[in-house]
Amino acid sequence: MSRIEYSKKVMEHFTNPRNVGTVDDADGIGTVGNPVCGDMMEISLKVEDGRIEDIKFRTFGCASAIATTSMLTEIIKGKTIEEAENISWDDVVKSLDGLPPVKVHCSHLAIDGLRKALYEYYRKRQIYRPDLIPKDEESHHESSPECE
Amino acid sequence: MGVLIIDTIEKGVVHLRSVYLDSNSGMPMWPEVISSMLPYMSEHYGNTSSIHAMGNEPKKAMEMARSHVAELIGADPTEVIFTSGATEAVNLALRGSTETASEGKKGIIYSQADHRTVTATAEDLSRKGVRTAMMPLDHLGAIKLKEAVSIMDQGGFHLLSMPFASQEVGTFQPVEDLVKEAAEREVLVHLDLTRSAFQVPIDVKKQGIDLATISSNDLLGPKGVGALYIKKGVRLKPILTGGGHERALRSGSENIPGIYGMGKAASIVKKRMGDYVPQMERVRDALIDGLLRIENTHLNGNMKMRLPNNANVRFDFIEGESILLMLDLNGIQAASGSACSSKTLEPSPTLMAMGLKHEEAHGSIQMTLNPNTTIDDIQYVLEVVPGIVENLREMSPLYNRIGD
Repeated sequence: MSRIEYSKKVMEHFTNPRNVGTVDDADGIGTVGNPVCGDMMEISLKVEDGRIEDIKFRTFGCASAIATTSMLTEIIKGKTIEEAENISWDDVVKSLDGLPPVKVHCSHLAIDGLRKALYEYYRKRQIYRPDLIPKDEESHHESSPECE
Repeated sequence: MGVLIIDTIEKGVVHLRSVYLDSNSGMPMWPEVISSMLPYMSEHYGNTSSIHAMGNEPKKAMEMARSHVAELIGADPTEVIFTSGATEAVNLALRGSTETASEGKKGIIYSQADHRTVTATAEDLSRKGVRTAMMPLDHLGAIKLKEAVSIMDQGGFHLLSMPFASQEVGTFQPVEDLVKEAAEREVLVHLDLTRSAFQVPIDVKKQGIDLATISSNDLLGPKGVGALYIKKGVRLKPILTGGGHERALRSGSENIPGIYGMGKAASIVKKRMGDYVPQMERVRDALIDGLLRIENTHLNGNMKMRLPNNANVRFDFIEGESILLMLDLNGIQAASGSACSSKTLEPSPTLMAMGLKHEEAHGSIQMTLNPNTTIDDIQYVLEVVPGIVENLREMSPLYNRIGD
């Protein structure tokens, strides 16, 4: 059982996740992953005056997938868009006091979800930001051939 | 629920209750088995191969154990040899029979209903040039008879291996039919009794079985012991060489305390099976009924034709590892078919072979009982599970999508 492999922080966010749900009138929603691969995340956010006023998540997946998205929303809330764009998966993993190696892909997926939501936010403003589209979502699942 | 869980994490508070539903992974031992083993770890430490007095008692103990195991499965004691467990017994059956099979007939037929021990051994033999073929499963987890027969008809196989019941979902296999078809084609049958021996009576002689694997721990005996039934006349080449113990089929000084414990466990199972199995089945039925009352929950496997200790259900929209961890935090221990809880990140091969979709396998939970599981245990589980499922579904983007 992988319980011991998870940090206290991960377990705490898993059992008591922050910002669950979907933001009303979201400025951007990013959905990544798929149920076939065992994890799917949805990040929705609301921007006001260049700041992320509200951010919520919904996740289908393992404990680390849930904890990662919960932690991500906590980190991002209140940040400027520019700051949010610069948050990396590593920041999320560090905030969680680490993830087991086989679960690190969850943090990549969470960042992809955030960037997809930001991409949509820009697109609604006629700003095209292809750099925010995840290059290869499926590459996070290299260990599961059926997910490629 | 939230408060209790956080307390548990922060202070390491012990649960109000602990319910063990992972008996497929490890069984408790009959208490009298433990005490019966003790003399063989203290005064009777001699080696059965010695001709002096100290060898006598262990030798007697071993032969008594052999008769108990033989009696449980309807074999002659001379047809039972002890191993270090089911894994070694399976390896000896598959590898040992391959060695003695004639050229052109070295081949193994198996299925995803088998334990990983069988599939991994068959895969290894396949890499070494032995012919292998997999029998397909139907959606309830049973081997498809017609397809199995047409595989046998291709020829070039010396052995068919099958479990008495599917390891994971507990579905009974068409043993009688497959044995008949195999016998007509001179294909040996290896039957894996690991999960079934403590809960379903078997008579290997009457059923015409050639080889059968039994695990001690699955009889509520000690771990690290098992046995292989080898029908008279079936030839195996040993996989271990050494002092020629167990009629030269399994060299190595015998694990007398373990073997004696296994024999004792077999005799208890034989005596009490009639009492505890119907009780265990009632408790299991209550568990399945209660779980299926949760909406969008489905049973994996066959409702009636399944091992009395097995419940395997899938919850739509949520993932198995999350469910397992939440159960664990509430003092309930179970297993999952989810990829995320396995080391390989692959979903259960058995569930996939039954035609389940990936996401269905990901959301599957296996709960396996033993004679100690009570109806109170199950009532507690049924109090806890709906809340866990509801909480995880609230978080799932798949749930609302379908509910919309």
